[in-house]
Amino acid sequence: MSTSPANPRRALLAWVKDRYPVSKFVEWGKHKTVPIGPGAFWYYFGGITLFLFLIQVGTGILLMFYYKGSADTAFESVRFISAKVPFGWLVRSVHAWAANLMILAACVHMFSVFFMRAYRKPRELTWVSGIALLGILFGFGFSGYLLPWNELAFFATKVGTDIIGVIPYVGDPIMYVLRGGEDVSGSTLPRFFALHVALFPALLTMLIAGHLFFIQMQGIHEPDAWKAHPEQRKTMPFFPHFFMRELLLWLITLNIVAVLAVFFPAELGIEADPFSPAPAGIKPEWYFLATFEFLKYMPAHVGPMEGEELGLLIISAGFLLWCFVPWIDRGRSRLMTNIVMVAGVAIIVFLAIMTYLGHTS
Amino acid sequence: MGSVIYPVVRFLMPPPEQEAAVSAVKAASLTEMAPNSGKVFKFGRKPALIVRQPDGTFRAFLAKCTHLDCTVQYREDKERIWCACHDGFYDLNGTNVSGPPPRPLDALEVHMQGDDVYVTRKS
Repeated sequence: MSTSPANPRRALLAWVKDRYPVSKFVEWGKHKTVPIGPGAFWYYFGGITLFLFLIQVGTGILLMFYYKGSADTAFESVRFISAKVPFGWLVRSVHAWAANLMILAACVHMFSVFFMRAYRKPRELTWVSGIALLGILFGFGFSGYLLPWNELAFFATKVGTDIIGVIPYVGDPIMYVLRGGEDVSGSTLPRFFALHVALFPALLTMLIAGHLFFIQMQGIHEPDAWKAHPEQRKTMPFFPHFFMRELLLWLITLNIVAVLAVFFPAELGIEADPFSPAPAGIKPEWYFLATFEFLKYMPAHVGPMEGEELGLLIISAGFLLWCFVPWIDRGRSRLMTNIVMVAGVAIIVFLAIMTYLGHTS
Repeated sequence: MGSVIYPVVRFLMPPPEQEAAVSAVKAASLTEMAPNSGKVFKFGRKPALIVRQPDGTFRAFLAKCTHLDCTVQYREDKERIWCACHDGFYDLNGTNVSGPPPRPLDALEVHMQGDDVYVTRKS
């Protein structure tokens, strides 16, 4: 290989190769494969979630150049971004839409992994780290929702933090720390801002690194049928075949985000007033609607418990079971597999109905 | 380890706010509120609700819904106190009567001084 100044690109490559084991990464990329089959489409959603996160990082940094995170200035600064800053409305709308699509893509990814039973040994920790990632994405959504300091967000945060306060023993201190006092107030906003732009990004980055590390160590899950019929095994190289397809989907995703942001820009609403009554029609973001609606149907008391405590207990128990799915269905009992799969369908139907009712009520 | 974690946890717990010494707050005046109407007002750091009942008398409560902490309001059409967050209702004694609220509202005392309506904590 020439390292002459006449060929600077190759010279740079040679310089890098001389110092770092680049060829090992190239070899690794060539040998990494992705299964081909009817379910192959679903493999792309993890990457799409990652792409949407990168959009969030980019637009989030841009928004921070203008956003002022205090109760006196937050609403006005967001209005300034939307109304005065060139393309401010676009950056904010892309941030809002990409956030929603990111959580949607993460949910699609999680349920596709579930129905492909890719959570089974040896991928238990990949599953658990994925659920932790989704939890942090919810945290991002919840903390980001308050930042414009508008009326809907204010009351959604009151409700959301109060739900946390219902958790026995630790709920009250956590609620107190999150709110920065007894009530949602101007003290809450800087805390949510710190969570949104510092703690959650740090945690998410570490968890993504762990999640991807597990996937690289163990390879992508292949359909169970291939174990019995290895002759059906069909794969494509990760690089460049899968990688280029993924890039194409990223481009399509970017277009979808852009179209949504342009035609349905993020609204601002009216400024939060802690001394005004909760407005009719208050709703959280769509991904919390099912929980919100479910709590609405809980009676005031069920036996010795308050309805909201029981509702939270049911949701927590369901969430724990969901985390432990790899240990519940180990693939040893067909009956257990069927029960888990039916439960998965039931959860989707339940979430869809509750979300619909919450949306239309 | 504890010497690191303890200060961090204590740092995150804000010191308790000094509750503003609220003895009596002027919530409304007779001319301002027609019978069968309600109004949210500041009671120290907390929102409170004063209701002029259809018979012309006043009732006042802390406006914090006992379900999930939303600020309640008076519904003239139903003659009840309503929480919009989860559609909970209280009667004019502050008693939870429908929806998810598990407890009555915290009641305040109402005192009339001429045309002015003052509200104090229950003694």
